[in-house]
Amino acid sequence: MTTDIPIPDGGHLLDAETVAAGPAIGGQPMVKAEQVWKSFGKLDVLKGVDFLVQPQQTFVLLGPSGGGKSTLLRCINHLEKIDAGRLYVAGELMGYKERGSVLHEMKARDVAKQRASIGMVFQRFNLFPHKTAIENVMEAPIMVQRVNRKQAEQEAVDLLTRVGLGEKLDTYPAQLSGGQQQRVAIARALAMKPKLMLFDEPTSALDPELVGEVLDVMKQLARDGMTMVVVTHEMGFAKEVADGVGLMDGGVLVEQGPPNEVLVNPREERTKLFLSKVLA
Amino acid sequence: MAAAGGPAAAARPEAIKAIPIRHWGRWISAVIVVYLLVALMFSFIKNPVVEWSVVWEYLFKPYTLIGVGLTIAITFACMVVGAVGGVALAVMRLSENPVLSWIAWAYIWFFRGTPVYVQILIWGNIGVLWSHFYGGLPFTGIVFTSVSSGPLVNNLFVVGVLALGLNEAAYAAELVRAGIISVDAGQTEAASSLGMAPTLTMRRIVLPQAMRVIIPTFGNETISMLKTTSLLAVLGGAVELFSRMQQVYAQTLQIMPLLVVACIWYLFITSILTLIQARLEAYFGKGFGEKEAEAAEKRGAKRAQRTLISSKGRAGSGYS
Repeated sequence: MTTDIPIPDGGHLLDAETVAAGPAIGGQPMVKAEQVWKSFGKLDVLKGVDFLVQPQQTFVLLGPSGGGKSTLLRCINHLEKIDAGRLYVAGELMGYKERGSVLHEMKARDVAKQRASIGMVFQRFNLFPHKTAIENVMEAPIMVQRVNRKQAEQEAVDLLTRVGLGEKLDTYPAQLSGGQQQRVAIARALAMKPKLMLFDEPTSALDPELVGEVLDVMKQLARDGMTMVVVTHEMGFAKEVADGVGLMDGGVLVEQGPPNEVLVNPREERTKLFLSKVLA
Repeated sequence: MAAAGGPAAAARPEAIKAIPIRHWGRWISAVIVVYLLVALMFSFIKNPVVEWSVVWEYLFKPYTLIGVGLTIAITFACMVVGAVGGVALAVMRLSENPVLSWIAWAYIWFFRGTPVYVQILIWGNIGVLWSHFYGGLPFTGIVFTSVSSGPLVNNLFVVGVLALGLNEAAYAAELVRAGIISVDAGQTEAASSLGMAPTLTMRRIVLPQAMRVIIPTFGNETISMLKTTSLLAVLGGAVELFSRMQQVYAQTLQIMPLLVVACIWYLFITSILTLIQARLEAYFGKGFGEKEAEAAEKRGAKRAQRTLISSKGRAGSGYS
């Protein structure tokens, strides 16, 4: 039985000030991928991917499974190391320091610092099962950003209320539905006040009737001006909120552009084929 | 009330009363086993070598009770050394740092690869090996400080705890490592994506979850350790229960009665530990038990009170 409070109409997920100020990245694109290559052993998973995401935009990655979407997403926050090319977030090279023409690997602690400003939401939620909903949300602000406990708690209550889980603060993940868990996971990522949010098939592990509640939160987030890169199979979401859409297959971004071009009048045969199957 | 049946509800047929299968074989074998057991017990209890008066005499003697206390203390101390060392070794073993990983591997290789009995003897004779411990630079002859190994070697309690504790650490390390590996990789990824550095992730996210797997197994190790302490008798002191019983029968030659005293006490303590162990397993096996949910609810109630008090401050911070 769910006793959620529905997300209040027009309730924002981001503070007005945060959105108005915008991420201070000096006119840089939020994500810039240049000829990104990635292989697992002999298998090339990404074969020279280029793309840009501007601040406050939502970029949706579509495509068949195994096409490299999730790998690309995981490269953005350096969960995977890229083998060639360059990947910048907010103008900063991810995972490496460039001195002259030489790349130096970053220490784990410095990579962690970079990741702290990039939120990520996983297909399998990955909530910390030994912590309640509110403890999940408070953990990183307290331990990483050294926010004082009281303030972290207040912000966590606030965030969980905004995603409609004000009644579930002290519930363990095991007692929450998939949709509720995923909303906690989104709140947990937002608690770090990220400048970029990555979503890795956030609704793929959910029962069909729970997909809507998670998509609603994501739509609100997009409207509030969060910069987002979303890997999903939800075509409706892509049409409604995406500023850019890319179709990935065989490790290549086959086609990218605004949704009303790529999804309505695709240029590439591969895109047409994919859309015909998905929309059938 | 009868209306609940509805039109299709037929009367429930009579419950089946079948004659159960008679397990004659079980009855016969049970009788034979009980008969043999009683015969065995009878011949043991009535045996003049087991002098029950001596058993009673020594069972609650202060000399014995102190031995029981020492055995429990050594067991506890060894498990603390084992737990701390085990966690450290497991983390080192899984570390990306090849030096740490190799040191842990070599340690585990040595302590698991040699008999604990031999290890106890090595620790017991450490004074023969090194009469002094030197602080200095090896091979250069430079010595800053030098301490006699006497105080260590002569304290059999410390020697025993070192021997068994360091051995236990090697076994505990493998337990902890299995526990750490059992935690889903998604947990580490989620923590990293929140900007948590590897050490913090290990301490706050991975180890607490690994503990759920480790702690019940660790209970078993404790029960096993309690019995292993009896091997310390080889050191010759009177540092735990069994060596004390040995000291007595070496003089009185009442071997069997004193072994019975030792058995009674070991059985008594292991039984208690087994009960605690069963509780632990029930608690941790549940995953997220009612107790935790209850505790969380209480915390929530406290917060609700606090927020009520500070609600004036919070009301202004809203937005619409």
